Amino acid sequence: MAPTLTKAAPSVEYAARLEHVSKSFTGPAGQQLVLDDISLDVAPGEFVTLLGASGCGKSTLLNLVAGLDLPTAGSISTDGRPALMFQEHALFPWLTAGKNIELALKLRGVPKPERRDKAEELLELVRLKGAHGKRVHELSGGMRQRVALARALAQESGLLLMDEPFAALDAITRDVLHDELTRIWAETGLSVLFVTHNVREAVRLAQRVVLLSSRPGRVAREWEVEIPQPRRIEDAPVAELSLEITEVLRGEIRRHGQH
Amino acid sequence: MASTETTTAPTTGSVEAGLDALETAQSGRTPLRRTLVDKIVPPITAIVVVLVVWQGLISLKIVDDPTKLPSPSAVWDAFRNDWVEGKLLGYIWTSVSRGLLGFGLALLIGTPLGLLVGRVRFVRAAIGPILSGLQSLPSVAWVPPAVVWFGLNNSMMYTVILLGAVPSIANGLVSGVDQVPPLFLRAGRTMGATGLKGTWHVTLPAALPGYVAGMKQGWAFSWRSLMAAEIIAQFPDLGVGLGQLLENGRTASDMAMVFEAILLILFVGIAIDLLIFSPLERWVLRSRGLLVS
Repeated sequence: MAPTLTKAAPSVEYAARLEHVSKSFTGPAGQQLVLDDISLDVAPGEFVTLLGASGCGKSTLLNLVAGLDLPTAGSISTDGRPALMFQEHALFPWLTAGKNIELALKLRGVPKPERRDKAEELLELVRLKGAHGKRVHELSGGMRQRVALARALAQESGLLLMDEPFAALDAITRDVLHDELTRIWAETGLSVLFVTHNVREAVRLAQRVVLLSSRPGRVAREWEVEIPQPRRIEDAPVAELSLEITEVLRGEIRRHGQH
Repeated sequence: MASTETTTAPTTGSVEAGLDALETAQSGRTPLRRTLVDKIVPPITAIVVVLVVWQGLISLKIVDDPTKLPSPSAVWDAFRNDWVEGKLLGYIWTSVSRGLLGFGLALLIGTPLGLLVGRVRFVRAAIGPILSGLQSLPSVAWVPPAVVWFGLNNSMMYTVILLGAVPSIANGLVSGVDQVPPLFLRAGRTMGATGLKGTWHVTLPAALPGYVAGMKQGWAFSWRSLMAAEIIAQFPDLGVGLGQLLENGRTASDMAMVFEAILLILFVGIAIDLLIFSPLERWVLRSRGLLVS
């Protein structure tokens, strides 16, 4: 299949750059530091997973990068407005699958005559040819996430943020979607920042795994994943690295039980 | 270390196609016969029972004063005479045209009002409570002041309809806006739907179920307040609508005419709901997968 999206032009040397980013919220217990001094670069075309246990502020961090919230300190710059995919598909139920994608195109300023064809192309890219007229509730969980992916791709942003997008899916579907995401990432040259608490998923997908500590979230460690794609989640090297990362992750979690 | 030869392209696609087929819900429409038995037969049975009891009261001489309770046949004759004289549709049209025009105006006023209250915090704090309080005020209460303000004319009728329907429509829209999942707003914002674009592409369509429920209630309130206004405000220039017909029947001690008017008011109210609002509501819910069956 011919790649339908233009490769992200490396106009800057990063797709996202976080410099000393901190975020605190005012809660009932006073000021609470959620993210502490996070510095992170995502290179153009790079696939980075952010890994962490509950309370590491993964979703908060994505919200900041997406521009839905402002950091308390530090700065975030991205190459254009990033696209964001959620754990829930967040497709609009009053529109068909195709019209959801067309809305994203419309909001980006794509002229009307081109939208239909563009939406069909994107549906084909996520292997949902012919689903244009389907209502959201007529699609399975995996199909919905693929439409959501197509809608995110319709924004033609250089950076795709994914907030545990496959966490609510069954294992079989998730495996398939890992393959699809890897394929689409390779075809489009997107930069991806993917948040998950699933170590194997992080290793299966990423070029680089960033482990966050919890409460407050800090960058604990990073791993370059040099296992060649296509990988499978059952592959021995994936399992091996996952084991190593899990040990470090458990160490991080253990610290919280000690006082 | 086991070497694993992995192939992605061909297998993934076919596995995926299989999954899609397995997980897509099979749905079909209910057969016409089922709809007939489930939806049409029960109300007809109920109507027949009411008619039998009514006729029984007359035949068994339990009520034998026709100025208190006319027989079904007398009421039927009242209908037929008005039909033969060509007046029946005139009565209905006078009231229905007023009601629908008034409702349309209420929609034009209630929609922006509801959006303002739903989206602007200051406006909500200022008039939100009054707006929901107004819903519990019977709109008949507005008839006397409206007569004083406008006299006995159509403006007075429309005023009463508006005061009855606008709060319902606005409140329906407000609760629709309140129930929009925050996730939709976030998704919209990441796609660039902010401000008015966000209202038009995300908030309004997401609030549609509540809005339609408000419209439905708004119509019921319009119709009720219009009937109250027509009964109370009698004036030859206003033409004879269903409310006037009822009042005419009362002054002439013609109980058959009174029953005719009551039944017409009931039928029109039900018909508008069945022909306009129920299909609209079902369409909105069904297209979102919120309606099973």
